[in-house]
Amino acid sequence: MNDFAQAFDTAASLIGHFDPELRQIVGLSLGVSLTASLCAFAIGAPLGTALAIYRMRGRAALIVIANALLGLPPVVVGLAVYLLLSRSGPLGSLGILFTPTAMVIAQAILGIPIVVALVHRMMVDVWARYGDALLVDGASRLRATWPLMAIGRDGLLTAFLAAFGRAIAEVGAIIIVGGNVRGYTRTMTTAIALETSKGDLSLALALGIILVILSMTVSAVSFLIGRLLAGR
Amino acid sequence: MKRSLRSFGILAALLLVAIGTTASAQQAPAQAQSIVVASTTSTQDSGLFGYLLPIVRQKTGIEVKVLAQGTGQALDTARRGDADVVFVHARSAEQKFLAEGFGVKRYPVMYNDFVLIGPKDDPAGIKGKDVLAALQTIKIKAAAFDSRGDHSGTHIAELALWKQAGIDIGQDHGPWYKEIGQGMGAALNMASASNAYVLSDRGTWLAFQNRGDLAILVEGDKRLFNQYGVMLVNPAKHPSVNAEAGQRFIDWLVSPEGQSAIAGYRINGQQLFYPNANDPNA
Repeated sequence: MNDFAQAFDTAASLIGHFDPELRQIVGLSLGVSLTASLCAFAIGAPLGTALAIYRMRGRAALIVIANALLGLPPVVVGLAVYLLLSRSGPLGSLGILFTPTAMVIAQAILGIPIVVALVHRMMVDVWARYGDALLVDGASRLRATWPLMAIGRDGLLTAFLAAFGRAIAEVGAIIIVGGNVRGYTRTMTTAIALETSKGDLSLALALGIILVILSMTVSAVSFLIGRLLAGR
Repeated sequence: MKRSLRSFGILAALLLVAIGTTASAQQAPAQAQSIVVASTTSTQDSGLFGYLLPIVRQKTGIEVKVLAQGTGQALDTARRGDADVVFVHARSAEQKFLAEGFGVKRYPVMYNDFVLIGPKDDPAGIKGKDVLAALQTIKIKAAAFDSRGDHSGTHIAELALWKQAGIDIGQDHGPWYKEIGQGMGAALNMASASNAYVLSDRGTWLAFQNRGDLAILVEGDKRLFNQYGVMLVNPAKHPSVNAEAGQRFIDWLVSPEGQSAIAGYRINGQQLFYPNANDPNA
């Protein structure tokens, strides 16, 4: 219990002193996770919607695959992205291994199945209820997409928050593709892993407390923005 | 339609803010002055790089990005061309790296020693023995022992010591011997939590803050000598290597200024690493 008390003290002191290294780590965590979840959303939401409203051969198989990818192990994604981006790999000439860009890519890949599966599940219901009305009014499936997403915006927000939650908590994949380089690719989660391995458990716990507060704040703000977009 | 435009606009703005935050957090330095050094967990966990790199930046203008992996993983990273310089501590693995043509030249930089750590009350009774006798005792008594198990410099040294003690630890071990496949700090954490013996480099041990009941039980044996070497990754094998800045970094490390900076790193007044770039036998 002493460790926890010390951790709260350390957390308060880090925040109070506006510790510059902490600011840098927090900024990077937020930037990488927000970018990754927004990308996952931008790619996954249309895919999930299309999967719900278009009739196509093999649709059942695609739905199974989308849901199965929810179980994609993050560390395996990290390893695969690492091998792709390595200088010896196919995309090596891009030179983006061990940069925040690589971390965004890995987290976006992990977020896309979450968004696709959640949006698909929600859109199937929305389509069942409003689809016929939209089609009868003369809209093609493509043009029906935007009104559909407007109707289902609460579900879309949930999908985005789920992808963000996965991203901000990620550590295995981003340590592999980011390298946990001090000042460049060290995020809150990778810093916690590092401080734990150095035996500085109270600092690791303090960072953990700050991370939880951060994550909850972002989720709350996103929720409120979502309400704003919905005009409520 | 207006509402959807507004929503789209807000989403686009959010995406830009997110990308902007990531980009600004990157603080990208000039490419010519930035190198990636693949090194060990001991040089990081002991705090050496935290102390040394600001000095390097000030004296040479080079921005050093350190990947703290085990020696084995660091050398593999360099083999793939993902690092410019390697800074590790397993001479046999370094010589192999050179022989394969991935390194240009090996420079000795500094040394310290390994220490055999264990619970203060020493259930296996190894305190004060020479390291080979201590390992033999640990095996005979089946005392809990944590191995790095990750092809790091410390792991390679540990395997060499078992071999010198006449034990084929790969074939001949029981559940008392745990290969954890993680860095030095993680190994010390585990030993602390489970009252086990573990071989550590002195630097990481001195900086370690979760000692629990652990203490140094065996030290000073000549066989526990721990030499660090640095090599530039061969640009002939990987043209993307920043050879100019990499060589300048190495030159600084072995220069009198770099060597005295290394000697200046202390924890609680105790020196962690001893520079020996001038030693032809290192």
